[in-house]
Amino acid sequence: MASVPEGLRYTREHEWAKAEGDRVRVGITAYAQDQLGDVVFVELPAVGAAVRQMQGFGVVESVKAVSDLFAPIDGTVAEVNAALGSTPELVNQDPYGKGWIIVITPSDPAQLESLMTAGDYEAFIASGGH
Amino acid sequence: MYHGVVVSEPLKRTPLHAAHVKAGARLVPFAGWEMPVQYAGILEEHRTVRRAVGLFDVSHMGEFEVAGPGALAALQHLTTNDVTALEVGQVQYSLLCTPNGGIVDDLTIYRLATDRFMLTVNASNIDTDWAWVTRHSAGGAEWTNISADTALLAVQGPHAEALMARLTDTPVAGIRYYSFGLGQVAGARALISRTGYTGEDGFELYAAARDAEGLWSALLEGGASLGIAPIGLGARDTLRLEMRYLLYGNDIDETTNPLEAGLGWVVKPSKGEFLGRDAIETVRAEGLSRRLVGFEMVARAVPRHGYRIQVDGRPVGVVTSGSYGPSVNRCIGLGYVKSAHAAVGSPIQIEVRGTPWAARVVKTPFHTSSVKRG
Repeated sequence: MASVPEGLRYTREHEWAKAEGDRVRVGITAYAQDQLGDVVFVELPAVGAAVRQMQGFGVVESVKAVSDLFAPIDGTVAEVNAALGSTPELVNQDPYGKGWIIVITPSDPAQLESLMTAGDYEAFIASGGH
Repeated sequence: MYHGVVVSEPLKRTPLHAAHVKAGARLVPFAGWEMPVQYAGILEEHRTVRRAVGLFDVSHMGEFEVAGPGALAALQHLTTNDVTALEVGQVQYSLLCTPNGGIVDDLTIYRLATDRFMLTVNASNIDTDWAWVTRHSAGGAEWTNISADTALLAVQGPHAEALMARLTDTPVAGIRYYSFGLGQVAGARALISRTGYTGEDGFELYAAARDAEGLWSALLEGGASLGIAPIGLGARDTLRLEMRYLLYGNDIDETTNPLEAGLGWVVKPSKGEFLGRDAIETVRAEGLSRRLVGFEMVARAVPRHGYRIQVDGRPVGVVTSGSYGPSVNRCIGLGYVKSAHAAVGSPIQIEVRGTPWAARVVKTPFHTSSVKRG
């Protein structure tokens, strides 16, 4: 499997978080999409919804599994990836790019520092990812 | 997290376990067996079967033989369909029912000779079916459980016949749908059946367990230029769902009767007495309070077994099977609904994680069949 992108932060539930100016883009990792299998549906929150760190904000469904999505940081939903409505497979094909899921306006940008670095996350999945 | 669950027996493995590992399969427990749920991915495997040809290991299924002067009578008593209409060399889809009309299993019956038959049963029901048939069988019928010694491979897709022609001298073009022949495939003796669970043209090959690995390899090699790939249980489920083929344990069980499940076409009360006949005829006379229908979601939410079905907030039924259907590009499902909401076009809502999602009852099958009839 390709190595985990540097410059992103990671959660223990296999979400990635990318600082983009004053916003944070969120998706799931290549490891997560591989574990899930073919994604067929993503249940997205409403724009403007509040999210809290490690609370569920949506659901990603594969053919065989339903998996909660957990917010990496506190904030409000600024954008959701509407393309996932017709092409949920973007999550499998391009999990760090076109398969992004939401963008958050963080209430405390410093919270990103509490997340795993790429190196931490690689070690995490190497030891089982739990 | 494990909560003190004790696994009393290790999972069973088919003769092809090593082949699955080598092919990169993701293995999961199914009915007490360790089976491949996917290799390359469920959606890709589904499309391979519809467009090219796929190879399935379904050796976990059960096979029984019954022979003797009382074999026909035993099967007539045990099953709902009319076994006298089954000729040597033909296959029949049928049901085992309880005296109150519930379904013990769905199965196929092969007539090997005038007084010799093979039954193919679901992996999850091998032991219960064996106890059932032997208990309800009268004299003159000798039963043998050949499940452990029998491997079963399915070759399904538009290129299935071309692949088979490369590996056998048996003229497979002449084996009609729901018929079978006996021959050699890649040097192994096999019963070659033109049946399947996908809605595509194809064959199911019954062979000795010891020949399974060689046969599997020969099919993958012989089919390479035809685009063959191994197919797991995940795609097996999406393929059958698109055709409204039922899955025991999901869509039918001992609490469902054949008429409400839409299986009246394999129930032949005119053949005479059989287990469940009176109960089924009572249901027929009284009318159905619920029916198994096919439905499609308006949005892409995925319906799953056990999800409640409602109409305007009132409960009207339950989902028995559901998934995204790659060939129809919609989320589809089967479920029992009260008869008043069973007509094609009826609007229903599927409760997904507490929220009702719009759906409608549709005609089935969801995808057009390509089996070689006629």
